[in-house]
Amino acid sequence: MDRTRGALVEAIVGMREKEAVDLARALLDAGGDPLELLDACREAVEAVGQRFEKGEYFLPELMLAGEILAQISGMVKARVAAGATAREKRLGRVVIGTVKGDIHDIGKNIVSFLLDANGFEVIDLGVDVPPERFVEAVREFEPQVVGMSCLLTLAYDPMKETVRALEDAGLRDRVKVMIGGAATNDQIRVYTGADAWGKDAAEAVSLARAWVGR
Amino acid sequence: MGQGRGRGGFPGSGLGGEVRAMPAENRNGLSADQKYEERFRAWMCPANVRFATPEAEKSYKQRAQRIKDVIELKKPDRIPVCPVVGFFPAKYAGITAREAMYDYEKLGAAWKKYHQDFLPDSLASCMLASPGNKVFEILDYRLYRWPGHGTPPDTPYQCVEGEYMREDEYDALIRDPSGYWMRFYLPRIFGALEAWGLLAPFTDLVEMPFTSPFLVPIGMPQVQRSFEALLEAGRAAVEWLQAVAAIDAEIMGTLGVPSVIGGFTKAPFDILGDTLRGTRGIMLDIYRRPGKLLEAMERLVPVAVEMGVRAATTSGNPIVFIPLHKGADGFLSRENFAKFYWPTLKAVLLGLIGEGLVPWVFVEGSYNQRLDFLADPDLPRGRIVWMFDQTDMVRVKELLGGVACFAGNVPVTVLKAGTPEEVRQYVRDLIEKVGQDGGFILATGGVVDDAEPENFRAMIEAGKEYGVYR
Repeated sequence: MDRTRGALVEAIVGMREKEAVDLARALLDAGGDPLELLDACREAVEAVGQRFEKGEYFLPELMLAGEILAQISGMVKARVAAGATAREKRLGRVVIGTVKGDIHDIGKNIVSFLLDANGFEVIDLGVDVPPERFVEAVREFEPQVVGMSCLLTLAYDPMKETVRALEDAGLRDRVKVMIGGAATNDQIRVYTGADAWGKDAAEAVSLARAWVGR
Repeated sequence: MGQGRGRGGFPGSGLGGEVRAMPAENRNGLSADQKYEERFRAWMCPANVRFATPEAEKSYKQRAQRIKDVIELKKPDRIPVCPVVGFFPAKYAGITAREAMYDYEKLGAAWKKYHQDFLPDSLASCMLASPGNKVFEILDYRLYRWPGHGTPPDTPYQCVEGEYMREDEYDALIRDPSGYWMRFYLPRIFGALEAWGLLAPFTDLVEMPFTSPFLVPIGMPQVQRSFEALLEAGRAAVEWLQAVAAIDAEIMGTLGVPSVIGGFTKAPFDILGDTLRGTRGIMLDIYRRPGKLLEAMERLVPVAVEMGVRAATTSGNPIVFIPLHKGADGFLSRENFAKFYWPTLKAVLLGLIGEGLVPWVFVEGSYNQRLDFLADPDLPRGRIVWMFDQTDMVRVKELLGGVACFAGNVPVTVLKAGTPEEVRQYVRDLIEKVGQDGGFILATGGVVDDAEPENFRAMIEAGKEYGVYR
């Protein structure tokens, strides 16, 4: 398994889709442990995330890694009974969403994917998320981190309103709030009252890691 | 303008509220430079704008000449101040985005107020804010959501990301782009045209015995209904054009502001990546079917050129707006940019310039890792405007100074969350660093939907004050 595991990780990180999927299938066919297989995938996707962080990988590589992961997870799920894929302990929990009035989700999805690959439990509220929905989710899931995404400049005020809604609900000091999106910067971080701004998905992961002490 | 928010419309077309047939092009035999001069002569004296006063006409010519000068890398009397504006005039006038899209009277009043109060050097066409809501309702447009149709009343229209072109359809697109659009793409993005999947391509019509069979699908009830919807949409589009073109023409004629958007086209990578394959689809295609992707983009080059040329010819305005989306830093590696994004964009630019047009390229996001591509020696000097968002403007001047006009980049963030003094500082600093030698336009870094009016005013005033060449 070890040698095959290494080859699988390398194939995923090297963006060799067919080879990676074939190796995973062969591993399962030979009676390999599905959970270890998934673990190898996570290791690979984390390495892909690191390359993204270093500016060596870009969107095509993130998207393809996500695709390979989805195919292998699908094969695993088809073979093991429900519940057998018990999750390992997570680093922390992040509630994330694109704020009210904005329906763009590409950036948010990339952040969710990388957070998940880096061991966070991500509760993705989707797009056009009103402040009260963020508040409810923070109450329900008790995350350490709230992530707000936007593309439009008209989303600055909804971001600000969301931070205020968390304050009004008495939840603001229980979470760290990060914002991101093409039209954001540190000035908008100040304007909205968020704790931090990240310029890309890699920075979102670093911020979340720092906040949960990893 | 963010990713997937590419906006259509050809502002300035049919000015004066008349709908004209496309004028025939009589420029055969002219060189690109001769075509350029001829097109700009027409733009300087717009046939369809009635100037209210001699002063308005004088201001128009002065402003247009200033823009022509900076395109040609000259130093006019001062730097032109050309903010790129989306729904800001609506917000400023206190109407919602929905009102701006649905009520032409309110739209007109708001856009006139914006131009009167701020006096920018270029027109913010109301065609961008109000692209004709009735048309989209009639056609059941699924590619976008707009105020009252999926977004709140005070939020502008937004594109719905999706895979509208399937991964196995590259060959169909490459074989016959128009046929692909008609029979595969349109039925997915317009609910009312779903039945067009039944149509045969028009290229069937080559002999008498093939003609009636071609027409049979058109006789089917669902196809008949789709054509009825299309006819109704066409009538609504004429109504729309008459309303919005009259607003634009009045603003141009009373205040003397030229339009700097005579047409619109896109980079082939963005045509496919924004609204056909979607971001996810096109990024995966780079790995899974790079050959097909390259072939399809090559096929779309003449399509994209023709789109820009036709619009600019119809509008009598030689500047063609091209927003760049998915080739920015962070999206693609330099290698993939060089292989997948740049060659066909460059071909489109050359095609437009060859017809005497000036591409006004809005470089969204940042291009710090690939700025050198834009200084490509194959691109003629002084025939492009590069408008920047978050790219380092000092490097822009180093690379493009004396090569092409560049514009930018007052951030929308400072216009919203800063103070007038901060805005003035930004403008002053920018002009000191990169605006000293001409060939420069002061513009916003993004499309302004939301800003503090005092900040917006500070930008315009500071631009006019610090931008004077002595």
